Amino acid sequence: MADHAVVADEGAEDQSRRKFLTRAVIATGALGAAFAAVPFIESWSPSERTRAQGAPTTLDLAKVEPGQMVTPVWRKQPIFVVRRTPDMVARVAGHDGELKDPKSEYSDQPKYAQNPLRARTPEFLVLIGICTHLGCVPKQRFDAGELYPSWPGGFFCPCHGSRFDLAGRVFDGSPASVNLRIPPYSYPSPRTLIVGEDEKGVAT
Amino acid sequence: MTVKTATGAPAPLPPEGSAAAKRGFWAWLNKRLPVDTFISTQMTEYYAPKNFNIWYYFGSIALVVLALQLLTGIFLTMFYKPGDLTAFDSVEYIMREVDYGWLIRYLHSTGASAFFVVVYLHMFRALLYGSYKAPRELLWLLGMLVYLALMAEAFMGYVLPWGNMSFWGAQVIVNLFGTIPGIGPELVLWIRGDYAIADATLNRFFSLHVAALPLALLLLVVLHLVALHEVGSNNPDGNEIEKKLGADGRPLDGIPFHPYYTVKDIAGIGVFFVLFALVVFFVPTLGGLFLEQANFEPANPVSTPLEIHPVWYFTPYYAILRAVPDQRIGALLLLLAVAAFLFLPWLDRSPVRSMRYRGWMSRTALALFTLSFLVLGFLGLQPAEGLYVVLARIFAVVYFAFFLLMPVYTWLDPVKPVPERVTYHAH
Repeated sequence: MADHAVVADEGAEDQSRRKFLTRAVIATGALGAAFAAVPFIESWSPSERTRAQGAPTTLDLAKVEPGQMVTPVWRKQPIFVVRRTPDMVARVAGHDGELKDPKSEYSDQPKYAQNPLRARTPEFLVLIGICTHLGCVPKQRFDAGELYPSWPGGFFCPCHGSRFDLAGRVFDGSPASVNLRIPPYSYPSPRTLIVGEDEKGVAT
Repeated sequence: MTVKTATGAPAPLPPEGSAAAKRGFWAWLNKRLPVDTFISTQMTEYYAPKNFNIWYYFGSIALVVLALQLLTGIFLTMFYKPGDLTAFDSVEYIMREVDYGWLIRYLHSTGASAFFVVVYLHMFRALLYGSYKAPRELLWLLGMLVYLALMAEAFMGYVLPWGNMSFWGAQVIVNLFGTIPGIGPELVLWIRGDYAIADATLNRFFSLHVAALPLALLLLVVLHLVALHEVGSNNPDGNEIEKKLGADGRPLDGIPFHPYYTVKDIAGIGVFFVLFALVVFFVPTLGGLFLEQANFEPANPVSTPLEIHPVWYFTPYYAILRAVPDQRIGALLLLLAVAAFLFLPWLDRSPVRSMRYRGWMSRTALALFTLSFLVLGFLGLQPAEGLYVVLARIFAVVYFAFFLLMPVYTWLDPVKPVPERVTYHAH
């Protein structure tokens, strides 16, 4: 009897079971393919060696003269460390109306640098020296009036003409839309700067 | 047996059952691999419109340039050493010490620019004669994918010599991905594999440039050709030769691709190679246009070249990027400027294909668009300041207006009747 039943079914097969199995196999296969893609995608992330080389950088601040800028490298990026004179500190104020983000609300910096001078102390300005437009290295134009009569001093990007003041804040009319980024940094001693590490630990 | 074409010129037909008629190795081969069938269906009995003009050279020339890039690329790979410490020196080694290395490299670098010259002319032809319109939408889309793959291939190839413009060009382009809201910074870190453009970036670009993208390009080119042979070529009159068949069932206005167009294309390729050789041997950098001066200095992560701009074939889009004060919108417009071409088949509502039978609106629009593309290309090479920025903004508007207003002006445009037969003058 059982054999007869099988033969009788051949004419009008129930396709729903087959369709279900096909879909189940496709879904399982797609899920497997997605998991199999993970190692290939992950291989593009910075390697352990690269991460190790991205360790914090220390700088002896005693070697920086007032008004001078030094550019240590952290994570292959130039870090601008400017020792601002009282005159330079004074020139940070007075042009908030010409800035895109005067209070650094939309910019990228640690909490302790979200203040008018964008620094932990007025004297030292620490910035990532990469234009927030498309990644060129801005040039230093620290003297007042160096670019035009009302120029308060700051940075000028030679690629697309973005301008930043002596706190790294971007001026209106620049292609960059946010202020220069500030890395996590701290002072383990009054004369030592460490870039890439602060109270929260080493930057990820 | 011959087919009478419209002008009375006899077109030979292959002998009936040619595969069966042959003996020996050829017959053995054809029983196992459809060589004869392929040649007849795709070449000797593949009918193309007989009124192709000079604009129809560039597809086959592009194929020749692709072959040249593969050949020279394979040989360059034998001497090039990817890596931030070796790449620049190995390119100089190729230029100075490998026998004929300078020639192989200049063929490859000139070939890259020639590829874009030819592809842009090929695309302009499609705009001129409406070759993207139904039933050739997919053919157009596949062609656009070839163009996108070519842009990626060219960009990554430009990074490999690890000159200072390679480095900073890569920096600018990769940072465009950083403007994507949310995932941007993480995505850029993932693409670079380091906190800056570095050795890891160079090596992955090398892999993509010599393996993944050429394979993708070849596959897309094959698909483009398969789609072409399925729908048949458009022609300068924009009518369908398949609609006027002779008594033998063959298009009256068609001629077999081989030997007619193979011979014609070989002549065009010959002229192309004369011009190509002039550049390779006399002006391989073309005054900084094909190879930029800043790229003869090694990559320097802490010193930006005075002026950063990509090679000429990307400058129209680059000018649009720089014309916008907001970087996120600029990057978005750059993307849209490239992607807009994908929508052409559905934006164009004209009942006719060819500019020959379109009215003044379509013609003016195409002329303005072509002008804007050229001017933007020039502006992308200039510093982004003063009048240049103003002009870039004006022509960016013209560029996008061509696409955005297309449904309107192609619909309003008075058109002329399209003849049933192609316009053709015997030479």
